[in-house]
Amino acid sequence: MNILVCVKRVPATGGRILLTADGLDIDTRYLGFTISPHEECAVEEAVRIVEAHGGSSTVMTLGPEVASDQLRDAMAIGIDKAVLLETDGTDWDPIATAAAIVDAIRAQEAEGEPFDLLLFGNEAADTGDFQVGIRVATALGLPVVGGIKAIELADGTVSARREAAGGWEVFDLPLPAVLGVKEGLNLPRYPSVPGRLRAKKKDIARITPTKRPGGPTKERLRLPEGTESTVEVIGTGAAAAPAVVELLTRLGVLGR
Amino acid sequence: MILALVEHADGKPDRLSLETLTLARRLGAATGEPVEAVLFGDGATAAAGALAGQGVATTHVVEDPRLKAFAPVAWAVSLAQLSTARSPSVVIAAGSDRGNEVIAHLAARTDLPFAANCTDVTAGTPFRLTRQRWAGSLLEDAVLDAGTKLLSVAPHAVAAEEGAGTTAPTVTPFTPTLTDDDLRVAVSRRLEPDRSGVSLTDARVVVGGGRGVGSPEGFGELEELAALLGGAVGVSRVVTSSGWRPHSQQIGQTGLRIAPDLYIACGISGAIQHIVGAKAAKRILAINTDPDAPIMSVADYAVIGDLHQVVPAISAEIRRVRGG
Repeated sequence: MNILVCVKRVPATGGRILLTADGLDIDTRYLGFTISPHEECAVEEAVRIVEAHGGSSTVMTLGPEVASDQLRDAMAIGIDKAVLLETDGTDWDPIATAAAIVDAIRAQEAEGEPFDLLLFGNEAADTGDFQVGIRVATALGLPVVGGIKAIELADGTVSARREAAGGWEVFDLPLPAVLGVKEGLNLPRYPSVPGRLRAKKKDIARITPTKRPGGPTKERLRLPEGTESTVEVIGTGAAAAPAVVELLTRLGVLGR
Repeated sequence: MILALVEHADGKPDRLSLETLTLARRLGAATGEPVEAVLFGDGATAAAGALAGQGVATTHVVEDPRLKAFAPVAWAVSLAQLSTARSPSVVIAAGSDRGNEVIAHLAARTDLPFAANCTDVTAGTPFRLTRQRWAGSLLEDAVLDAGTKLLSVAPHAVAAEEGAGTTAPTVTPFTPTLTDDDLRVAVSRRLEPDRSGVSLTDARVVVGGGRGVGSPEGFGELEELAALLGGAVGVSRVVTSSGWRPHSQQIGQTGLRIAPDLYIACGISGAIQHIVGAKAAKRILAINTDPDAPIMSVADYAVIGDLHQVVPAISAEIRRVRGG
């Protein structure tokens, strides 16, 4: 079982987002970076599948040289190989991103390593475009389904589940297949120290892709208005309980 | 013509689709184009009839016995064929799981750009739009230049309004030409939910727990308060990534969006990824030891203190007031 996982490097935002002075980007000077959350689960799932079924796992990202940190994070928990599609760090729209990934997959497969399962995050945490995995699958002529929170492999097929209307929808796909996964698929492990040391020494294959933009094109970023409230402190410690119950009554949620 | 994908259940268009139609009508009014709707699956004809008052000129009901189960590619192929027949300037859907998925397939097959989760769109050459990043914690102003504009509408970003007039749209069947390949991906079966307890998305009161709860056992106090109020317990991401509670209870960007009358956020610092999941709550009460925690900037009310003292005291007071 050969598995490809595509991940994205995103800032680890906390209490509030700050923008750069030109409004074109998030000010990341004081932020760390991480693999986008859905894709952290994709990485973990790939490692588990290879542990259970054998084979090999590859992680791929499109981004600047520093995105190799996220590739090493993935290798630290057990991914075998890494490919960096190196950019100058500017935004690549979903069409350009998918085209570069398709080229890289074809190049990888031309070297005699066809992938049986290709995992993407359902959407990247930052841009939220909801389409890169679908574009890649369509270009490669592979079946794809998104929103996946459970994966079961059988001989030549994959059964994938997603939440829908409070229950689950199950899709049975022939392999090779592409899945867009969501957080909750599993609980990703933390990397071990030996894992980190191993990842540090591993090679990262580097490709410089050609940018073929297709839109939409970002003009600027801004924070939504009017989300801040004025907070009324109604008490301190356990002594606040009567004030809270009075509030519950006033809001009509105390019930009987 | 503006073509809107309308999702439906129980013979009625769903709420997100009514929001989508509202934005579609605004675009139509600006460009002088009519709005047409397209519906798939069982109950589509009934739901099409329920579109009177939505300002829809024509409703296309896609009929194919093989489309009983949801099949994203087959839906997209049908939309592509309908677009060839009707030449819409815009194809628009709700930013729902299915809406985003189907429009992404349409975009991939037609090699057109797709702007997901728009909150505002201005027609022109090119189109100017605002869309959500970070699940709505951040907005992006962008331009979209394409023959047919493919859009989805961010959930609850546009208030659903009635359209002018009450005339029911003309309902016309549309029969797509589908290959087996188009139907390769389809829902094989459904697993129904366990219906015990109040669901987080329906609860009028949600008691949320974060890092401050401290342990899996610490949730007992939150469960007790939620039970007294007929509500449900939700959690922040750190709680699920620590394995304290199942991911199905997570509120936020990578979890659920809740809209209760009251959200009681206990020991939750208020990272933006959590806030986007709870901001539709009518009121937020924060219980936190830190009066400067980010949650305070979105909360309406606060109790400053240790949740392990405050929450049991609230439960005791509720019992006392009820005379039990």
